[in-house]
Amino acid sequence: MNSTDDDALRPLAAADGEPAFDEPWQAQVLAVADSLVQNGLFSAGAWSAALGAELKKADEEGAVDNQETYYRCALSALETLVAKNSEIDRKAMQGKRDDWEQAYLSTPHGQPVELPAE
Amino acid sequence: MPDFDADKVSEIHQHLHSHLPSEPALRVKALETLLVDKGLVNPQTIDAWIEAYTEEIGPKRGARVVARAWCDPDFKKRLFEDAPAAIDELGYLGKATAHLKVVENTDKVHNLVVCTLCSCYPFSILGIAPAWYKAAAYRSRAVRDPRGVLAEFGVDIGDEVEIRVWDSTAELRYLVLPQRPAGTEDLNEDELAALVTRNSMIGTDRDLSKG
Repeated sequence: MNSTDDDALRPLAAADGEPAFDEPWQAQVLAVADSLVQNGLFSAGAWSAALGAELKKADEEGAVDNQETYYRCALSALETLVAKNSEIDRKAMQGKRDDWEQAYLSTPHGQPVELPAE
Repeated sequence: MPDFDADKVSEIHQHLHSHLPSEPALRVKALETLLVDKGLVNPQTIDAWIEAYTEEIGPKRGARVVARAWCDPDFKKRLFEDAPAAIDELGYLGKATAHLKVVENTDKVHNLVVCTLCSCYPFSILGIAPAWYKAAAYRSRAVRDPRGVLAEFGVDIGDEVEIRVWDSTAELRYLVLPQRPAGTEDLNEDELAALVTRNSMIGTDRDLSKG
């Protein structure tokens, strides 16, 4: 189980006997993707094609056929579409990821984790 | 062998890292921060979406559509003619059901829904797709061997019943209208909706009389 010490953490309620998501980040991936489809940054068809390509690649590489793999593919598809359709590039994504990591590591446990103002 | 202090240091180190989000959690957090900064997503919309899909939107909506179709022949007719408009009557219209087709099970036909490419699914009336629907095993086998897949779900389909497999896309998604179980003439719409399983609306369940 991965750590999910996240300020967005809330109980993952069961829908028809199964939790909708195993971890909060999985919900965030779909929420952001759906939001960008609704906002018109990319189409539902483009999302489906990008996700399908990632799933095919994972399958060919012999990735475990489970939800973790599925959502990792969804995240990669989302990063690809954002890089393709906005001014946000891979470098910015990596930079912001590192900023968050640093913020988590330098914030005493129990205090809200925030990015330093730029 | 490490001495006591080294163990202690290692423990503290692990403790610190246990509060660090996982790699995908960090990546999606980074992405969301950048998108919010650029004004491409609204954080309130994201939070509301997550709350709705973890706590509210689920197969009960689809079950309500099915029960209404069983009880109201005019609604059923409208559902086949224009599913999004009929579903909108129940207040459940979402973008994912904007292009939806309802397919009906009969004594002679069983319908099974899959998305062979990814995981297209009418999530605004069925909630987030179950894990198996997104799995490569289901996506690759549903078309090739529907009877075998159904058998694994404990659903035996007689040879006299034709199985129709529907491959969903982002532009066209499907909802199976299961058969109303015999002996339910006295049940009201709420009671009927309680009989409808999620899987029956995807086609991996068929006989709802078994409870």
